[in-house]
Formats: sequence, structure tokens, C-alpha cells
Amino acid sequence: MKSAVVVFPDSNCDRDAATALEQTSGIKPIMVWHDDSSLPDNVDLIVLPGGFSYGDYLRSGAMAAHSRIMRDVKDKAEKGVAVLGICNGFQVLTETGLLPGVLIRNIHLKYVCRVVGLTVEESQSSFTRSYRKGHVMKMPVAHGEGNYFADDETLDRLEDQNRIAFRYAEGENPNGSARNIAGILSERRNVLGMMPHPERVCDPALGGIDGRGLFQSLVKTLS
Amino acid sequence: MTAITQDIVSEHGLSDSEYANIKRLLNRDPNLVELGVFSVMWSEHCSYKSTRAHLRRLPTSGPQVIQGPGENAGVVDIGDGDAAVFKIESHNHPSYIEPYQGAATGVGGIMRDVFTMGARPVAMINALRFGSPDHPKTRHLVSGVVAGIGGYGNCMGVPTVGGEVNFHPAYNGNILVNAMCVGLARQDKIFKSAARGAGNAVVYIGSKTGRDGIHGATMASAEFDDHSEEKRPTVQVGDPFTEKLLLEALMELMATDAIIAIQDMGAAGLTSSSAEMASKGDSGIELDLDNVPQRETGMTAYDMMLSESQERMLAVLKPGREKEAASIFKKWELDFAVVGVTTNTGRLVVKHHGDVVADMPVHALAEEGPVYERDYVSRPPAAPLRADTVDQNKSIAESLSRLLASSDLCSRRWVWEQYDTSVMANTVQGPGGDAAIVRVHGTNKALAISCDVTPRYCRADPLEGGKQAVAECWRNLTAVGATPLAVTDNLNFGNPENPETMGEIVSAIDGIGKACSALGFPIISGNCSLYNETNGEAILPTPTIGGVGLLRNFARMATIPLKRPGDAIVVIGETKGHLGQSLYLREIEAREEGSAPLVNLGVEKRNGDFVRSLIEAGRLDTVHDISDGGLLVAVAEMCMAGGIGAKLDLPNSIAFLFGEDQGRYIFAAPPEMTKEIIRAASAANVPVALIGTSGGLDLEVPGMGKTRITTLKAEHETWLPNYMSAR
Repeated sequence: MKSAVVVFPDSNCDRDAATALEQTSGIKPIMVWHDDSSLPDNVDLIVLPGGFSYGDYLRSGAMAAHSRIMRDVKDKAEKGVAVLGICNGFQVLTETGLLPGVLIRNIHLKYVCRVVGLTVEESQSSFTRSYRKGHVMKMPVAHGEGNYFADDETLDRLEDQNRIAFRYAEGENPNGSARNIAGILSERRNVLGMMPHPERVCDPALGGIDGRGLFQSLVKTLS
Repeated sequence: MTAITQDIVSEHGLSDSEYANIKRLLNRDPNLVELGVFSVMWSEHCSYKSTRAHLRRLPTSGPQVIQGPGENAGVVDIGDGDAAVFKIESHNHPSYIEPYQGAATGVGGIMRDVFTMGARPVAMINALRFGSPDHPKTRHLVSGVVAGIGGYGNCMGVPTVGGEVNFHPAYNGNILVNAMCVGLARQDKIFKSAARGAGNAVVYIGSKTGRDGIHGATMASAEFDDHSEEKRPTVQVGDPFTEKLLLEALMELMATDAIIAIQDMGAAGLTSSSAEMASKGDSGIELDLDNVPQRETGMTAYDMMLSESQERMLAVLKPGREKEAASIFKKWELDFAVVGVTTNTGRLVVKHHGDVVADMPVHALAEEGPVYERDYVSRPPAAPLRADTVDQNKSIAESLSRLLASSDLCSRRWVWEQYDTSVMANTVQGPGGDAAIVRVHGTNKALAISCDVTPRYCRADPLEGGKQAVAECWRNLTAVGATPLAVTDNLNFGNPENPETMGEIVSAIDGIGKACSALGFPIISGNCSLYNETNGEAILPTPTIGGVGLLRNFARMATIPLKRPGDAIVVIGETKGHLGQSLYLREIEAREEGSAPLVNLGVEKRNGDFVRSLIEAGRLDTVHDISDGGLLVAVAEMCMAGGIGAKLDLPNSIAFLFGEDQGRYIFAAPPEMTKEIIRAASAANVPVALIGTSGGLDLEVPGMGKTRITTLKAEHETWLPNYMSAR
């Protein structure tokens, strides 16, 4: 699996994503600068990492969505290349329109970092096939703007098309997200955006390995 | 040009004798720019004029020390060519005036101190002191400070992994925000600030200079009064986004060998960085302010020299390397400008619009500031508490619940959940343990970090309190299995011109020095914050001790939670029942009385070394130090963390259960292992006592009966969120 991690100004989970990718796939990902015009050819997976791209100024993800590299990310996504957006990466994906809805401020208006219960809602995707549907995992969230919002019609469509990949476990929604949504797939199912951080739970020393399944699913599908 | 009048001199916080000295050193009257520069360089904040004579007594060396005090941060050897770089710094005055920005820029400033040395910051912790929970400003201050720390640290992508939060009415008018940053570097890639050599380019990097923070260092060197709110414009505004870019750009530049010297522009900005770099390098610097990147128009030389705009640094480059450096900063979209040149004149010469606007000897600015041997009186330590004044009929169960749900012992989850504790994917143990543990990326090594001080002990007996702060930090690092390496100290006190306060400072420094020497735990960096006083009311003496320890293999570490039912629970160290200055006395009897508990440094070391050797040998995985609240509180914390109960066999005595005797630990281990350990302890002359067994859902103590762990935990967890939402 040939993967690339996009580095925006103030991406800060880029190294963590690269470490997790290397540990699961055995191959170092290519780090791609936001101001580059294109990604390497034949890349199988593009990761938009967590952080505060452009300081979250204007609106989180809003400026990164217009950076030069995103044109190629969009092109490749439309051609079916897998794109994974974690935390700030999810915010960038909604801002570019690759995923529907928006991520607004947490309902309690505070940043929240905690380990939450996360239910696998959909195991039929290249991102989630190593997980069992209904499996409840432990994964950290760390964000100020992770409150997923979309109109009812969009939410219904996401549910009807089995595009909700992860939900916060009952009673553990940390941010007020509609229908406990924690991660969603694009219509073609090659783009996943999620607020929790799988890359932080790929190592038993850090208190869990529930994130490994996600990277292993990708390795299985894309290698 | 403005004539220097008596009023202008005193507005700059300079005394008559200090002004006379400036005239002597210059051989003439200073102009306004020079007066401003001298005033900040000679402020308490920059010059340590009240404490310098005493700080010299602190132990600062050891085989592990690579860089002691005097640089942007201290450096210790952690093996394999790696180094830990760390420092603590206060942002007390600005945080009271403007809590979000004050705390945020405190975090930003201390991170810059660490990455200026060539180290990537890997962990933040902080020590916060607020006024009484009943004080009308407390909620606002807690909320703003916590959001500010999180806002900056989270954006930087550096985990905030622990700290202290405490409340006391003595901080009603002066809160404390002490932030500590720990970074990692290679030993052969440490950067320093001495601007050696003449004719080298002096470059300015980072954000533009504005008018913010002018005279911040002077503000931090005076007491507050009823008009302190008017000082709001002297508080800087932080931009963590720019600082993150600055960090990454610098890491890139530091990978080359283009840098001769580099220094953060912290307090007193361009002034202190240029004067200190030239002074340390025995050189001079000529600055041309026309080339300084400016955020606004019409700034005077005075404004620019005294601005404390954030996220800026000054560096001296090797000849001909400007282009290479410029291209790195261009990539990161940061300002980069050649603003001067090093000289061999020993002078800081400042030009603006073609005129020389200041010309001062650098050693005079940086080294020849006043040093005061201020008068001090040592108050006798508080008298011991008379045991017969303690009510023996109070319910133990109720006292335990109240303590666990008190402002100083309740869960700080509300605070730490606003901090990103797991970014960088190396946090082995975050907040809530005895010490935070952060893995050295890609290795089996980890750093343990803790900051500690018990101000009520320091008030009762500054010498013992100073010792205790060091001992407790050392104990917390030991309790996770780390070998304590070195200390950074943040001395927070009131007005040093008051002989009683000065007496507290002197005694506390003595106590700290004694403990650091005895425990082999030298001081490698630090900061003093004095004048924490409003309308003559000083804070409790608060010498915060930040410590770093090394775990050679973090797979062998100990944590607080009980892990198995059926483990024997054992106390290491002697329990006599010292209730003076205890939290029990304060929370249950509403008394802050008695003497501080004594720290026997020999016993402290023996007990601690014994516990650490067991953890290192892989024989213990469950350890907790005994501190605030005493023995029963410590066991309850282990139960709550593990979700497992305990049955204890202890004397039914309030002093025994809640006393705060020092040098103690609790561990839990399988019975067979415990027998061996008890034998070994006795052989090593370490006091040891089996006190009970883990298991069940209740904490059970004779004379107390049973209390459900879940009930205790619910009370423990809800106090702070309820308080913050004013419920």
C-alpha cells in the first residue's frame, strides 16, 4: 500500500499518522506539502491528518480546503483513490464537499480530549472490513469542533446508504453530534472522515490497539 | 528628544540609586529609549535582583547535567546521545488581568524557551493556583486560564499531560500560572545563545513586532492594586499557529549548521534577546530597527525595543548562510529579516531612521544590574498542633467523602479534558497519576514528569516547605519507577521588599537547596515571580518544583490503580499521624494551624530508592505516594482508579488515617511477592506495614464501616464540573 500524508501548516498529527501507517503496512508513507501541486502517482491512500491547519482561522478546515494540493486530492478521490480524514482532516473533507455536512463547535463550547466508546456501524468498506459490525471500541477524541451536523434528509440518506462508519456509543457522545455520528463514508465509499483518532491507539503501550483495525483494513484492501 | 525627569524615572520602576548607576555606566544621561531598555533589563523579572544572591546557593551540577541555569532552558543526559531539555516559567500577573491570553502566552513562551535550545517539545505540565472557590472572580479565572493553556498547547500539537490545580483565598488577588515544557534533543544538537564573533548577521524570525506587551516585564515586577485592570494593554496576545510554524521552521534550520546563536524574544523582547546574546558572547550588536518586521506603522524605537509581541526569535547566523535560512522561513510563510550585525565593541547600538537612538554597554545591561541583599527576617516556624484540640468524634466515613470531594482533592478531569493529552502518540500515562509518563519516540525509554509544592506547609515553615516540595516531586517520580534526574523551579512569592516575605524566600531556597543536594536532584533552570501581592496581601509562598525522571524501560512502571483483587496493601515509611497543616484540619475542622510535617531527607532517599528498585526489578506495578489527605485518601484514590475495593486493618485514629507524614508510599502486590518485599524492607531498614487486602466493591476500614467505591468516585468526580457550571 502506497500512502501519502498531506502536511498543512499546523497539521500536528501528521507524524502520528505516518507512524501508525508504517507500523501496519511496513512502508513509510510519503509526506506531501500542502503547497505542492500534485500527489505522487499510483498512491493508494491519501491521509489528511489531525491538527489545526492554518490555525483553524476563519473556520476549521476552511482554508486548507482551498490549498493547492487539495485540487489533486479531489481529483484522485473522484477517481476512486482512498482518502482518510482524521479530526481536522474530516473538517477539511466536509469543507471541500468530498463529504456532506459540517463540523460545528462542540455543544458545550469546550475543547474535549477523552477516550470514548465507538461503535462500528459499517464493516463493508475498505476502511472498516477488519472490524466486526456492532463492535464497540475505545478511541480518543481531541477537538473543539467535532459536532457533526447535517439536515435530516442528508442524515437519512447517510443511514439508508450505510455510510455511517462509526457512532459514539450510547451516552458517550462527546460533542453533540447528530445521531451520535463519529465517522462517515462518501457515496462511493472511498472517502472516510472521522473525528476520533485511530492513529493514537495502534500501540499497546498507549493504552489500546483498537485503531489498528482501520489501518489493517486499508492494507488488506489496497495492497 | 524627551528630557528625563524624576517622574519618568519612577514610572519606569527604577529607584534613584539605579538611575544614578545607569548614568555612571553610560557616562551621561540616558535618553528615553535607553532608559526604557535599562528599566526592563534591570526589572526584577529579567534581572533577579532580589533573589540572585540567594539562588547562587542552589546545587546546579551533577554527572547528568549537560546545561545548568543561564540558558533558555536546562539540559540533562538521558542516555544514548539523547537529552531532555526543560524549564518552568510563570505567567502570573498577565493571567490575572487577562486569563486566556495570559495563560496561552505563558505556554507559548516556555515552549519557545525549549525549542530555542534545539529540542522538540514533547510534554507540557502546569501548576495553577486560584483564589477561594467562593471568590467572585475564581470561576472566570479558572475557565479562562484552562482554555488558554489548552488553546495554545493543543494547537501546537504538544500534549499537556499533568499538573496541579489548587485553591486558596491567599490567591484571590494574584493567581499563579506556572507552565513547564519538556523537550527532546540530541546531545550534539543543542543550541545556545552566546553571540560570538563579529561581523555575523543578526536575524529576526517569526511574527511581526507590534505594540503589545510593552513593559510587561515591568508589570510583573510590581504589586497589584485596585487599578490593575488598567494594565490589560500590557498583556500580549498569542498566536499558536505562528508558533507552530516557527517551531517547524526552526527544526528545519537547526538540522543545518547555519546557526551560531539563538535566543527567544520573551520578556523585554528585542532588548533582552540582543543584550543577553551579545553579553554572553562577549561581543556587541548593532541593530537597525528600520529592518524589523512591523505590524503597525509609526512605531518608535522605544515601542519596538520594549514590545513583547509573541512568537519571535533572534539568531546569529554563520557568514553567508542568510539565503538558505531565508528560504526555509519563506516556505513556512514567516517573517525573516537581517536586522543587525555582531560587533566587537561590547555595545548594543540601536539605529532608527538613520540615527543612533541608543548606545549602551551590553554587560551593563545584562550582567551589571543591581543585586540586592534585601533585609529579611525569618519567622519562627508555626507551633505544633496540640493533639488534644482535634475532635476525635468526627465520622471517618464522612470526613473521607468530604476530603475526596474537596476543592483540592477532587478529580481535575474537568480541567485536563480540555487539554490534548495524547497527541504525538507517546503518552504512556496522562493526568491523574503520581507523575506523567511520556515515551521517548521510537524507544523503550520514557520521561516521568511532575510538579509539586504544598504552599500551606511553606507558609508554616518555609524551610521545611521548600524541602517538602522537592521531596514530593522526587517521590512522585519515584512512585512510577523513574530515576529522578533534575529540577526546574518556579519561585512564586510576594513583595521581596517586605522583610518577612524576603525571609520566606531565603528559607525556602535553603530548604530547596538542602533537599536537592541530599536527593541528587540538581536545579537546571528556573524562574522567579515576585510581587504576587495585592494591596499588601501576599500569596502563600509557592516555590513550585518541576522534576523530570527517566524510565529506562517503561514496560516496567508502576501506576496508581489497584489491578487485582487479593493483593496485599502495604505502606512503606513511618506513620506517626502529623495533622498540623493537613488538608484534614483545613477541610474538616476549618483550621490552618500547626507545624508543617518534617522531611527527613535520609529516610526519604532510603524509602524511595527501595521502592524504585522494586519497580525497576519488575516486582511492583501498583504504587502511590502518600501526600495531601494522608493514608486513607491515598488508598481511596487507588481504589477509585482501579474500580476495586479494599479492606484495611488500621488503627481507628484520625491522626493515623489522615496525617500527612512524609516519605511514604503505598503499594499493592500479590501476597507471596509481598512477603518477600517485607523481608527485604526490614533488612534495608525501611519501615513497612501490611495494612490490608484489595477486593470487593467497598472500602472497608475499622471504625468507618463500608463505603462503596462508586459512591466515593461519583462525589470525587462531580465537585469541579458542578462548581464550574455554578450548580
